[in-house]
Amino acid sequence: MSVLAPDRMVARDLPQVTPPAAPYRLLDIARSQPGMALGGGLLVLLLLIAIVAPTLGTVDPTAVSTARRLRPPSAEFWFGTDAFGRDLYSRVVYGARVSLAVGLITALVASAVGLAIGLVSGYVRWSDWVIMRVMDGVMSIPPVLLAVALMTLTRASVGNVIIAITLAEIPRVSRLVRGLVLSLREQPFVDAAIAAGTTTPRIIWRHILPNTLPALTVQATYICASAMVIEAILSFIGAGTPSSVPSWGNIMADGRALWQVKPSLIFIPALFLSVTVLAVNVLGDGLRDALDPRRPQAG
Amino acid sequence: MLLAVENLHVHFRTADGVLRAVDGVSLQVDEGQTLAIVGESGSGKSVTANSILRLIAEPPGRIAGVIRWRGADLLALSQRQVRKIRGGEIGVIFQEPTTSLNPVLSIGHQLVETLRLHERLDRAAAERRAVELLASVGLPEPQRRIGDYPHLLSGGMQQRVMIALALAGSPKLLIADEPTAALDVTIQAQILELLRDFRRRTGAALLLITHDMGVVAEAAARVIVMYAGRKVEEASTKNLFRTPRHPYTRALLGAVPRLGAGTRRLAEINGAAPSLLQRGTGCAFASRCTSATEICRRVTPPLEAKAPGHVAACHHAAKEMVAA
Repeated sequence: MSVLAPDRMVARDLPQVTPPAAPYRLLDIARSQPGMALGGGLLVLLLLIAIVAPTLGTVDPTAVSTARRLRPPSAEFWFGTDAFGRDLYSRVVYGARVSLAVGLITALVASAVGLAIGLVSGYVRWSDWVIMRVMDGVMSIPPVLLAVALMTLTRASVGNVIIAITLAEIPRVSRLVRGLVLSLREQPFVDAAIAAGTTTPRIIWRHILPNTLPALTVQATYICASAMVIEAILSFIGAGTPSSVPSWGNIMADGRALWQVKPSLIFIPALFLSVTVLAVNVLGDGLRDALDPRRPQAG
Repeated sequence: MLLAVENLHVHFRTADGVLRAVDGVSLQVDEGQTLAIVGESGSGKSVTANSILRLIAEPPGRIAGVIRWRGADLLALSQRQVRKIRGGEIGVIFQEPTTSLNPVLSIGHQLVETLRLHERLDRAAAERRAVELLASVGLPEPQRRIGDYPHLLSGGMQQRVMIALALAGSPKLLIADEPTAALDVTIQAQILELLRDFRRRTGAALLLITHDMGVVAEAAARVIVMYAGRKVEEASTKNLFRTPRHPYTRALLGAVPRLGAGTRRLAEINGAAPSLLQRGTGCAFASRCTSATEICRRVTPPLEAKAPGHVAACHHAAKEMVAA
């Protein structure tokens, strides 16, 4: 790319070669970043499904009926029913709400808090040692155990699941950001900004922080994906979302006993979980490429 | 007198001991003057320049001496007051334009931001000034370029933007630390021309840090030659090139390629610069000097006037008697 820079320079000087006016047109992104378009598209679709779940021909996902236990898929029950006669289709669609909420909220909160901690510890040198040792401590607790502990202390709730996973992810984010800040603060453009008379808060806000965002955004997508998986694990072992709320992990846990009789009780929510996690990961990979301002521009 | 540096010492505490990067350097820059500091890597020229604006991290660095800027001692000012001078009265241009621009901000953004640091301007006015500045440093189509990110520009264009940034505060002194080192020769000439043009228009002074004698000859009125953290010679450019007094200066000039000089091998300077960690007695250049004698190894040569306006630190430099 750097080899090509002078050529591009010359090309841009010619009046007839005009660069695209809006570099972020959706179609351009789709063409240059097919992975991002696919992942983002799938994720938007799943979000829509979660939001409009009540209008998608679903019934009450918690309605129990002994009369229609373990029905096969039919026009009435698209994915069949489970051991309590609950409509599997409705449960899976409503389960998207839990998974996506856990994934997105965890990613947002963990990124924001981790970013703040990382910026402070990377820029304020004396705080670094203390903060990083605390982070090491938090990091050494497996998120699943932390969640189990929280559940036993309080009670099962989606909020607790989010807290447990977020706590476990914050040290990872703050480490990432701290490392970036340590290398960014030595960059000549930071020296140049200091030499131009810029104040320290402004340097952090305008020069350091924006340069951490590409890596942080990518990390956030991975956190989102892993949070959804951990939520499913926690629910599966009964330490997560309360069983009254359908989540993909819960549905799989309920279907576990009937694994040999009716594998679709596990396969269908697992398929949804896998596709969602895959979509988020693919989106993350695409973002990593797209957010690098030095990437060669399409066209 | 715009800037007067007296007896500047800059030391760095390292794991191996105290590194004396700058050891008793004095210099003066008058209004509108161009002073060049030359020397090889590690001679302390960049550290000297950076300590003027207190851009040295303290610790591990320590600055001692007096740096007088228009009468005020810069080393005694608060951080807040120094920040006002940085990018305001004194502008700085760094060596590496490619890494000295923030990759995620457009050049217009960076200019507007710097402009608004030093002047009360609303965004629209700052943008207009930014376009003017870019035009004044010779960036073609500034109106269109202002939204470009640094990687879209060539090295020469990036250095023009850096100069525009340095000029944003209408400085009275511009410190240029190897402004052309990363550029190819034709672009070098353009950038030097640009700096000269800026001086002519605004009457600002220029402190030029370089290792390139060619750049000195082209741009500076006075020259300071530094070696191992010390000033070894200072003279007007004309006198320095005509009658270099210090053997190190002579060696540096001998290492400049000349057109029409035939196929003569360039004279290199044997050996390497001494460690700045421990300074022995005697002349720091003695071990590499072809005319060094016993006294050079024993006694550190003082900086003394060898001719009117011409000082050198060498025992063997010929002294031209000043007609009194």
